[in-house]
This record gives sequence, structure tokens and C-alpha cells, in this order.
Amino acid sequence: MTLGGLYMPDGAEPVLDVRGLKTVFKTRGGEVHAVNSVSFHLRPGELLGVVGESGSGKSVTMMSLIGLLPSPPAEVRAGEVLLGGRDLLKLSPRDLQAVRGAKVGFVFQDPMTSLNPVFTVGNQIMEPLIKHMGMTKPQAEQRAAELLALVGIPDAKKRLKSYPHQFSGGMRQRVMIAIALACDPDVLIADEPTTALDVTIQAQIIELVKDLRQKLGMAIVWITHDLGVIAGIADRVMVMYGGQVVEQAPVRELFTNPRHPYTRALLKTVPSLTGERAARLEVIQGQPPLLLGAPVACPFRARCAHAFDRCEAENPQRRAVDGLPVGQGHDVACHWTPEAAHG
Amino acid sequence: MADGGGAEGGRMTQGQPLVQVRNLKMHFPIYAGILRRKVGAVKAVDGVSFDILTGETLGLVGESGCGKSTVGRALLRLYEPTAGSVVIDGEDIAALPPDALRKKRPTMQMVFQDPQASLNPRMTVAAIIGEPLDEHTDWTEARKSERVYELMDQVGLNRRFANRYPHEFSGGQRQRIGIARALALNPKFIVCDEPIAALDVSIQAQVVNLLEDLQDRLGLTYLFISHDLSMVRHIADRVAVMYLGQIAELSPRDALYARPLHPYAKALLSAVPEADPALEAQRQRIILRGDVPSPANPPKGCNFCTRCPVVMPVCRDVEPVLTEVEPGRFVACHLVSPNNAGGHASPGAEVREHNQQGEAK
Repeated sequence: MTLGGLYMPDGAEPVLDVRGLKTVFKTRGGEVHAVNSVSFHLRPGELLGVVGESGSGKSVTMMSLIGLLPSPPAEVRAGEVLLGGRDLLKLSPRDLQAVRGAKVGFVFQDPMTSLNPVFTVGNQIMEPLIKHMGMTKPQAEQRAAELLALVGIPDAKKRLKSYPHQFSGGMRQRVMIAIALACDPDVLIADEPTTALDVTIQAQIIELVKDLRQKLGMAIVWITHDLGVIAGIADRVMVMYGGQVVEQAPVRELFTNPRHPYTRALLKTVPSLTGERAARLEVIQGQPPLLLGAPVACPFRARCAHAFDRCEAENPQRRAVDGLPVGQGHDVACHWTPEAAHG
Repeated sequence: MADGGGAEGGRMTQGQPLVQVRNLKMHFPIYAGILRRKVGAVKAVDGVSFDILTGETLGLVGESGCGKSTVGRALLRLYEPTAGSVVIDGEDIAALPPDALRKKRPTMQMVFQDPQASLNPRMTVAAIIGEPLDEHTDWTEARKSERVYELMDQVGLNRRFANRYPHEFSGGQRQRIGIARALALNPKFIVCDEPIAALDVSIQAQVVNLLEDLQDRLGLTYLFISHDLSMVRHIADRVAVMYLGQIAELSPRDALYARPLHPYAKALLSAVPEADPALEAQRQRIILRGDVPSPANPPKGCNFCTRCPVVMPVCRDVEPVLTEVEPGRFVACHLVSPNNAGGHASPGAEVREHNQQGEAK
């Protein structure tokens, strides 16, 4: 079937469809093009991994979707964000607030600062239930206890009366997930949800999310810089660099057959836990770009081992690698191909 | 003998311990009540012993709150240790009087985690790197600035940036400034406290390669504190795994990663995600339940007994001692003794056997 010209191989319409999103920050030094023509979609029940370094635009993209960026300095300049047939970018702030929490859940990186220290955990889980679902207080309390139990917090009913500081980091992240899930959202956006946690706690949270996916079947966007986490959890991966999507592919395809020089280098800079131990780590020389001014060239050219004249003259568009339409299979935004040697 | 992993890494480990830590304890008192009476202590480090050989890198891994950074700081006597001895290059740091300690400082230096917070924003790069020289040498200005330039070359900073301020640099460059400062006085021993934790993945490799180059060139000895087990596998010759203020296992790198012996080391390694989807799909994770207990009130017996998947009755009573169970491998666990460390292929069988023994008593 077709939807807006997109071919869906598995027949499902995307729950979230983002097209040509552009976000600009106005600063004294000039305009910073933090998100530049980012397009992606999310099918029901799918987990999309978004990988990139700090400043690659991965968080800003997701925050632009649901109007979480302060404006000024941020300005969403172009694009469409289709969720359930509506363009979120055209909604009034009031309508958008109804979408946040109810249709789209958000889990932030730092569970220490994203909970309000002066309210009980129960209060914070009940807030969206009362606001968005129109529940009464006793109903909300009942549901909040169920949610806490769902995310694996023992003695849930009693713990509703605790304050955030009485929870450990991993427990707080569970509470954040409970809040994000409160209104049964279609889409859950998790922005580095395990980065602030220890590895054994991270393993707990990843197991929890895998488990919840099976139970609830929601679509998830998982933002991270950790390629290991992505390898274990994602269905599809989008690699971002310099505010752009540079490569997008199903997870196994991306790890076995990376096409973009950045993805290739990134996979090599991470030392392996079990594989061959390299005598020396591969290095991506230089620094990430500043993104001042509208991009006219490939953002990775200065650090790229394969850069040639065209990379300086023209910002590459995403092109399909495997014959499927861009966004459906494996696509890459790069002029260079491993097969052809360029001058 | 203990440098079994170092030979393959091609580094010069001379087999002489440069740093000898014995039964190091670092307790922070807790005061409460109107009279601020001491009501207890956070046992951040509770009886830690290890050696670091000249020219080697000892990795110190563990989760947040396990005391690994406290070990690093107590080693350089940035804290006053509660008990124990730290012999660095023949002198017990923990017992030195202040002026002798100050004379000793040039041999031991530290690279901090947060390059933003550990550099004074009001000082230029040249002033930051040159400050140890101002404090510890009576060199002329010309000689000092020559040394500063030399250090900037060594860590790959452009000399033209000498008069810039820290905020003008990226995270990776700031870490280079911190490394140059640590190198200023030609130290023998450097504690690297999570030196790459605040950096992006593509920048981490640059800094780690720099640390390795400097080690080869200057014959440095590192204590590399990190929670990144993949990176520690890359840089360290031997690795100590800490849990709740104590060392659970201390082994040569290759042996530890191939076959961890302590149940916590096993769980920790199994929890680290690997950047390979095919491998990830097959991997059996050991998911630990619960959280790390408070170091103010550690459990009786083995400090891992509250989360250990193979706990036995004896673990809740008797504290296991760090013992050499195989040449060069030290483990603190009742399940692992010199007799059985190598013998059992299946840890499950081992546990059942011990459980039965426990119940029979």
C-alpha cells in the first residue's frame, strides 16, 4: 500500500512520519543549523536507534518534533511532522501540549534532574493521567501503582508516596519510563535513557524496555551515542552527523555493511570487548563541525579519509544503497562509494 | 609473573612494583544530630591491596560509588587515608610529613575526569601547564616557557594557542591541556581518573592513543580508572574490578576478559553491550537484581551477597579474602579457591555442589 508516496514493505502505515525537518538556532555568532532536512519515519512497534555524537542534532531533532525547544533562540524553519494524520508543527501550543504526554512519551537522559524533587513520585505519575486522560484522583492513583509495578518497582503502592531522592538512579529512570508510558502513547522517545546509569543498571533498563515493547507494542525512538546499546536493541538505525542523517539501515545491515565513511570510522574507534584486541585504536581526526551558516558542503568532509572535490562543492543527498526507496532500506548521504575510486 | 597480559601488549613491564598499596582504607565520617556527633562512616574504600608494576597500566573498573575514584585520590594523598600504606617509588606516601610529601608530589600526578572543571577558566593554557613549574622549580621564565611549549608539542596542542583560555578549546583539547599539566614535572606515576568519560566516542580514541604514546615514550606507569570496560581492555595490562569499596577480582587483562572468575566480574562483563547485533542476539546476560548497597552500611559477610546470583549461606557470614587462585589472578569469593578455579567448566554445577554442602551443615 502507499501512503504519501511511501512504500511500506510490511504494509503498516508509519505512526510518525518526519519530512525535511530544519531547525535553526539564532546566536550572536550567526545562525546554527542544528537540524538540516532530517526525514525519517517510525512504524508501529518498531525501535529506531538514532546514533551520533554530541552536537550531531539527534536530541534537537526529537525536541523539535514536539515543540520542546525554547524559541528564541530555536526556530523550526521547515518540515512536516505527521503523527496520526496531523502535522504537529502546525498545531497551536495548547494542542501540542495535549499531544505531549498523551501521544508522545519522552524519557530524558538524566533521571536526577528530570523529576521534580518537591513532589512525590506518585504525584508526578498521576499528573498526566488526570490532565490528559481525565481520570479522577483515586483512578489515577490506582493506575499509577499499576504503572510502577509494570516498570518493576516492588511494593508499588507504598512507593507512590516516596520522593525522587529516595530512589536510586536506576529506579528513578524506571519512574521516568512509568510517567512516559502513563497515557499509553503511540510513540516513546528515549533520549540517552541509560547514559547516566551504570552498566549493570543499564542492562536492567534495556531488559525492561524490551519486555515492555512486547507487552505494549509501542514504537520507540532510542537516542544514544553507544553503538553497543543500539546493536542489542534497535530494529533500524539512523546515524546523524552535523545535523544531518548520513546513513540509515536495518541494524544488522548497518553493522555488517556500513557505507558512510563516518559510520565506518565510528565502528572502528570503539574497542571490542570480546573480539580481536587492536594494538592501536583507529582515530577520526579533527573536531565535529560548528554548523554556522546554511550547509553547502558535506559536513564530514574535513575529517573524511575519502573526501574529494565534489564533497566540498555539494552537500550529498541521501541515496538508496539496496534499491529500496530512501528511508525504506539502506540509504547513505555520501558522494563516495567503496566500489569506485575517486581522484 | 603478574604481567602476563603485558607481554603481548609489547610494553616494557620491568616486574618491579612502583606502587604498592596495602590494606588501604578510606572512611568518610557521617555526623548527625545537634551536636554533630559522629554516627557512622561511609566506607568508600575498605581494605584494598594491589601493586602496580613499573611501566604497566593497571585498570581499575567498577560502577559509580564503588570507590574507584577514592582509591585514586587516596593513592596521591589528596585524601588522608584512614588506614593502610601506599608505597610509591620506595616511600610510604600515607605516612610522609607535609614538606616531604610536597617534595614527592612531582613524581605522581593526576589527570581528572572533567576537563571543564579541572582547568581554571581565568588562566591561559600556558599558565595552567606552567603552574606546576612555578610551584616546584626555580627555573627562569624563559626556561619555563620553553618547557611549556615542549609539553604542548608532546600532547599535540598547537603552540600558537598558548595564550588562549580553556573555554576556547573543545573537550578533547582541554583533556590534552590537563595531560600536559600532569606531565610538566616528569612524573613516574599518573592516576588517570575517568579521563575519557566526558568525551565523545570519536575523541576518546584520540586521547587514549595519546596516553599510550606518552607511556611508550616516557616510560610512565598508569592507574587507569574507568567504567568503560571495553576501553580498559584496550589500554590496561592488568585489571582490578572493585565492588563496594573492595577489590572483587584482580587479573591479567586477557585472562579476566576471557574467563572472569568472580560472580560480580562475570555479571559486569556480561552487562556491557557489544557493537555487534549478531552477537548481541545470542548473548546470555546475567542481570543483577537490585542496587548497590550503601557503603555506610555494607552487608555482613561478602559485600556482594545481596545481589550475587550464586550466593551461598557462608557468604552472608564470612567475608571472603582476596586470594591468589591462579598465577597472577586474585579473587575474593568463597566459590573460587586455588583448587577449583580452573577445574569447573560450568559455574552452575559448581554452585549446586556448594549449595548442597551449605545445606548439609
